[in-house]
Amino acid sequence: MSTANLLPLGVAIPLLGAVVLVLVGRRLPRVVSDFLVTFWAAAEVADLMLLWMRTGDGHAVSWLGGWRLQHGESVGIVLVNDRIGIGLALLTAVLVLAVVAYSWRYFEEPPAGHAGTFPALILLFEAGMCGFALTGDLFNAFVFFELMGAVAYALTGFRIEDPRPLQGALAFGVINSLAAYCSLLGIGLLYARTGELGFAQIGQKLTGHRTDALLVTAFVLVLIGPLVKGAVAPFHFWLPDAHAVAPTPVCMLLSGAMVELGVYGAARIYWIVFSGPHGIPHHVFRDTFVVAGVITAVVGAVMCWQQRNLKRMLAFSTVSHVGLFLVGVALLTPEGTAGTALYVAGHAGAKAALFGVTGTLLDRYGSVDEHSLYGRGRELPFAGVLFVLGGLALAGLPPFGTALGKALAEHSAQSHAAWLPAVFVLASAATGAAVLRAGVRVFAGAGRRPRENHEVPETTGSGEEPEIRDPSRRVPLPMLAVPALLLCGSLALGLLPGIGRQLAQAAGLFTDRAGYVGAVYGYAHASAKPPAADWTAEGIALGLASAALAVVFAAAALWGAPRDAQSVVRPLRRLHSGHMGDYVSWLVVGIAVLLVAVRAQL
Amino acid sequence: MTSLFFLAAGWIFLVGAYGMVTSRNVIRTVGCLAVTQSSTYVLLLTVGFRRGGTAPYFTDTSTRTPVVDPVVQALALTDVVVGATVTALLLAIALQLRKRHGTVDPDALTGLKG
Amino acid sequence: MSRVLRVRLFWAAAAVFAVAFAAACTGLPRFGTLSHPYGARAIAAAFHQRTANTVSSVNFDQRAFDTLGEESILFAAVLGGLVLLRRARDERLGGVRRGRVLPATRLFGSVLLPITLLTGVYIVAHGQLSPGGGFQGGVILATGLHLAYVAADYGVLKAIRPLAVFDVADAVGAGAFVGLGLVGLAVGAAYLQNVLPLGTFGQLSSGGLVPVINAAVGLEVGSGVVVLLAGFLDQAVEINSPDEQDNRTGR
Repeated sequence: MSTANLLPLGVAIPLLGAVVLVLVGRRLPRVVSDFLVTFWAAAEVADLMLLWMRTGDGHAVSWLGGWRLQHGESVGIVLVNDRIGIGLALLTAVLVLAVVAYSWRYFEEPPAGHAGTFPALILLFEAGMCGFALTGDLFNAFVFFELMGAVAYALTGFRIEDPRPLQGALAFGVINSLAAYCSLLGIGLLYARTGELGFAQIGQKLTGHRTDALLVTAFVLVLIGPLVKGAVAPFHFWLPDAHAVAPTPVCMLLSGAMVELGVYGAARIYWIVFSGPHGIPHHVFRDTFVVAGVITAVVGAVMCWQQRNLKRMLAFSTVSHVGLFLVGVALLTPEGTAGTALYVAGHAGAKAALFGVTGTLLDRYGSVDEHSLYGRGRELPFAGVLFVLGGLALAGLPPFGTALGKALAEHSAQSHAAWLPAVFVLASAATGAAVLRAGVRVFAGAGRRPRENHEVPETTGSGEEPEIRDPSRRVPLPMLAVPALLLCGSLALGLLPGIGRQLAQAAGLFTDRAGYVGAVYGYAHASAKPPAADWTAEGIALGLASAALAVVFAAAALWGAPRDAQSVVRPLRRLHSGHMGDYVSWLVVGIAVLLVAVRAQL
Repeated sequence: MTSLFFLAAGWIFLVGAYGMVTSRNVIRTVGCLAVTQSSTYVLLLTVGFRRGGTAPYFTDTSTRTPVVDPVVQALALTDVVVGATVTALLLAIALQLRKRHGTVDPDALTGLKG
Repeated sequence: MSRVLRVRLFWAAAAVFAVAFAAACTGLPRFGTLSHPYGARAIAAAFHQRTANTVSSVNFDQRAFDTLGEESILFAAVLGGLVLLRRARDERLGGVRRGRVLPATRLFGSVLLPITLLTGVYIVAHGQLSPGGGFQGGVILATGLHLAYVAADYGVLKAIRPLAVFDVADAVGAGAFVGLGLVGLAVGAAYLQNVLPLGTFGQLSSGGLVPVINAAVGLEVGSGVVVLLAGFLDQAVEINSPDEQDNRTGR
């Protein structure tokens, strides 16, 4: 099997797996069906792992249908990627494997008579995410964007007995689809100007035009889809609504991989399509999206701290981290990109583990409410340890992969603005602290018993239906083993120097537009020198600082004097109204702000 | 004047978005989403129009006949299918929401906030 | 956010959007331009592949991977529909009331049903030659079947529409598309490469892989739409939700 063919197989394998599960799932006993889906997920990991190794420090290119370039033009779709995109697809595949193992004994699995539907949807979700990560064609990216969207809406609304999942799924679906149509409008504008659909091809044709109103509008519109998927403020409102209500295994995938793909898509599209001569200048992209990232990180961190619904808390922590990721890639440096790639991978392990542990709470107590679960988790000490470790990993405690990634991104951010590392430290400390606070309350019953407060607009998270039917049983082994392994993975990313260096190499390629275009057009291009990706004393110090801050914040919340900051944050909380009309308004406002911001800087 | 055709796409998009902002019924919201999507059809097809061109198939015409751009038509077809399936999914959710919540008014859906 | 504020915010943003979009349109090529570089290439490629309907050539040959993704969305929507429109734990199946149908409706339905199905098959089969193809034909096939509901009643529709079969057919169609892509790999070409004999331009058997994929898509769309509609119809006709008092409103 040639390297080029491994790329389309990355999409075909999970698609075929979904078909097989639908066909034979209902005829097989549950154990066999579980084995089958695990096999497909493992096959996808193997395919992408092979692709990762074969690609090395270059690009993998596959012209689908054999429609290669002739005289520098093609009518086909090209899949092309370096180890950043392939790594994201691999991360997705590993998470899917973890999720599949986690759900072995998880669901009673409705609908009756259609066993295999849930794992089939998970595999389709995987196909959508991997396709989006691997493609080098704008319209094809739109199709896979919609594939992962459509599956995610259905999975989010999975528990139809409760009205809230339906509401969350609807907001998710409406906002994401609207954003996808914005992107498609932008694709239409670009097609009209260039007559091309491939990233590299459009980018090359655009160099022959001035930077004008059409380019600015197309740029903003095309990026709306990935930015909404990536939950960048003010496009982030759907995310906590969807995460708070989706089944736990689905949350692991949404937070761990899908949202990050949004940031990846925005960065990739900017680099290849728009960053060339006569495009959108680097300083415009950098200034605009560093600010957007900082706002997202702050909003996410503040809202995360306010939550008592554990899943919603983790969701806002994802918003906050995505803001940091956006800052990292928007710096447009190889180092920032390498750091972000590591950070994303480390975050995926930690966040998925946290969702997994939260799932055991939901499984046992039918609640994810920090207040009503106070002290009830004492009987699950191992889960408590995992939860606290996850919180520390989120805060960026060395040697977790999150800390190494954060350190690299901080180092690069510092040279852009001296205050940027402070945002990284504070945002990661606040989200880590919220998790620590909740973990200590739930699993140790320490600190003051939280008082009920019904005056604030909030989503409590109590009164959920347990996702399984038999709360009296022991916690199934995979539900704790999988989070533990995920945390180990996050740790390994920080400890094994090889992965960091490989991602640094890849980041060098990612930020090298000429290299990507050269790979598509088939001419060799000398690659840039990769940035360093090792621990530094400064990075370790900043990581320890955020972890220490997180502990201090959490301790203050648990044992300090009760403080009422509601007057400050209440307006912000009110904005998260759960109202679809509001969300659409914010989406259009976001478009307008970006249009004005980009135009003003030209 | 001819750029009116392009402007129509932007207009349709805004009309649909306005409908979603002011909607008092989630089924109407989903309908308005379909309206915003039709703006993409209009844009794609106007972009691909060629003066004097006919439909891009050659079963009973000479292969030298000028035709409109077939690529945008293929894209629009893909777009239609995507839109139809997503609409079906969202309507399924809306239907269950009506049964579970007893309402389809976004103002009354207050389960998730803060 | 209050309704007034929300709408005002929207108008302010919409104004910016309108100005930017209008300005962008001034930069577009003139409406009806003669220059369509990708389109011209696609037409040339379609001739090379002896596919008379160039749109089908783009959809099922040149950019078949897009269509693969699109059909996967349909497949996902059908599965999602099964999940979302399932009978909840607290719902019961009710009996179906027989409806009264006018004799004229019954007659027209009975006549049109076979004609519609035939039209659907024709449109699927001629996708490589004339406007139409797997998706359009598949939708006609699926809706044609539902004439039985109009002309007779739900019981008759259920009798001619064994859902278990359509479920399987939907998956087989989706799987066939993915599998046909692998044929290219098996003979040492690229994924989804059109490696079948191309036939004669303008003939039913032309286009190589295009009519085969069309058939797979027709099968998938036809059965997928039937299953999806069945989910909605069951909700409307058969499934009784628990009493209004039991509706857990305001939680």
